[in-house]
Amino acid sequence: MSVFDQVGDWLTNPDNWKTTLGIAGVPQRLGEHLHYTGLAVLIAAVIAIPLGAYIGHTGRGGTIVVGVVNSFRALPEVGLLILLVLAMGLTLALEAVTIALVLLAVPVLLAGTYSGVRNVDRAAVDAARGMGMSEWEILLKVELPNALPLILGAVRSATLQVIATASIAAVVSLGGLGRFVIDGNALREYDQMAAGAVLIAGLAIVVELLLTGLQWLVVSPGLRKKTSRRTRARTAVPTSG
Amino acid sequence: MIEFQSVTKRYPDGTVAVDALDLTIDAGKITVLVGPSGCGKTTSLRMINRMVEASSGTILVNGADVRAQRPATLRRGIGYVIQNAGLFPHRTVVDNIATVPILLGTKKAAARRRAEELLDTVGLPRELGGRYPAQLSGGQQQRVGVARALAADPPVLLMDEPFSAVDPVVRDDLQEELLRLQSELGKTIVFVTHDIDEAIKLGDKVAVLRVGGTLAQYDTPATLLAKPVDDFVASFVGRDRGYRALGFLSAHGAQIAPLSTVPLGSPVDAARAALENGWAVVVDEGKAPLGWVSSTSLSTVEGELRSADLVSGGSLYAADAKSGSLRTALDAALSSPSGIGIAVDSDGAVAGGVTAESVLKALDEARRSGGVPS
Repeated sequence: MSVFDQVGDWLTNPDNWKTTLGIAGVPQRLGEHLHYTGLAVLIAAVIAIPLGAYIGHTGRGGTIVVGVVNSFRALPEVGLLILLVLAMGLTLALEAVTIALVLLAVPVLLAGTYSGVRNVDRAAVDAARGMGMSEWEILLKVELPNALPLILGAVRSATLQVIATASIAAVVSLGGLGRFVIDGNALREYDQMAAGAVLIAGLAIVVELLLTGLQWLVVSPGLRKKTSRRTRARTAVPTSG
Repeated sequence: MIEFQSVTKRYPDGTVAVDALDLTIDAGKITVLVGPSGCGKTTSLRMINRMVEASSGTILVNGADVRAQRPATLRRGIGYVIQNAGLFPHRTVVDNIATVPILLGTKKAAARRRAEELLDTVGLPRELGGRYPAQLSGGQQQRVGVARALAADPPVLLMDEPFSAVDPVVRDDLQEELLRLQSELGKTIVFVTHDIDEAIKLGDKVAVLRVGGTLAQYDTPATLLAKPVDDFVASFVGRDRGYRALGFLSAHGAQIAPLSTVPLGSPVDAARAALENGWAVVVDEGKAPLGWVSSTSLSTVEGELRSADLVSGGSLYAADAKSGSLRTALDAALSSPSGIGIAVDSDGAVAGGVTAESVLKALDEARRSGGVPS
């Protein structure tokens, strides 16, 4: 039997989809995975988007963004998580996972928001100011709407990274889809392990599609044509401040 | 009226952009600030709406110190047009135009209706109202920029090199459009450009600034061309200024001589008979000029005169219009293959011919009678 058949069998086995005798099935693990992901992305967004918008609007502190982004880029997530759990104790494992995932998402969102706001046509901003918009109005009515493609692009890529990385929650005995991978590995049930990986990838694809749809809905049609392709390239990170 | 009272802008690093500038800008007129880069023309303009704060001195707009108001409030009362228009990419044309009225508290629907009217004013079809800036050409964007600046009907309009990023043909259209608009609206317009030709074309008065932010000369375009105060202004005003100054002299005095005409389709023999000094103008049924025939050009033609047989003509001189200047008259003469410029009346029909000699004679008379600034 090929690997694909094994994975197929595992995924279509109804036993794996219900929680029995304390052994969680796919829906519960999926819920946990989304919980960790949603929480981390939300907290990261609350921190990073206003900060990135402020830095982008004022132009002050651009070097900080570059520094933060570059230094966090090579962060070893599993190592960080284990360190956090050791420091905070296993009872705070969820908090530790959230912190680790937030630290993963913040640089991406910060860079996206910063470069989004920074890249808004300077002439439009100058015109906005010259027509009598206050600094708040410039930020809210001109800069953020125009930065939206880049910001949402950053949200997408941060979310995908967090979904992929949230699997490590299982390392510190939490749930999530990573459970199947870790347990499968430990029990040498490679069908379970592979199925876990497939589920994580599937979740990532579905969420990506949903967020792409959302982006299409909320971004002004006036920005659509030009930005759709540049989004990904530009979210990458500014190279200078 | 806008008044600069010894206004200076000094940057923290010590550079002086504008140095003790005194300037009175007339209400209801177009005043052009022109000069080489680094002369402080844009800085001067931007100090009026406090996009740049003056280091010392006072700027009065209609008698009120600009510093008496919050910058945002001040700016909502002053139209602002910049290079590349600076339209908001995420908003439709109509919503771009409605920006300031909405900031001032006008209801959205009313502001949009007004925005649609403004599309007519700046010569754009209303269908463009629902488009986004990226879907417009550069010239259309700039027209929207002007409409947006006019939306709240401000008495003062600041225009910072608005037409310098569009191609020459479109720029010419936009300049004509601005002059037409101004003849209807009578705004106080301050216009910055580095292009002296644009300054001379648009300005009721032109302020030439020199590097370091001092005023070199402030005069009407005609005076600027005829009597530059020093070598800097003379060289900045440029070559051919004698010729260009003719543009400000009415060609009324230039004598228009009768011109021999032949209708298209006449027999070649009739055309030969009509030649005067070897040339005749071929006209259509409305007597509008189509081109010239000469004894040389007719020598190979047989039968009836067809349009393929014509020698193409030069520029036309509208003798009837008030705008007919010695420059257009002279150009008509110089560009004509026969050496005689064709003068047309308001219907476009041939009214006669002008020669370079008659233009120079008219210039001579204007000089003697004091019609030329000196």
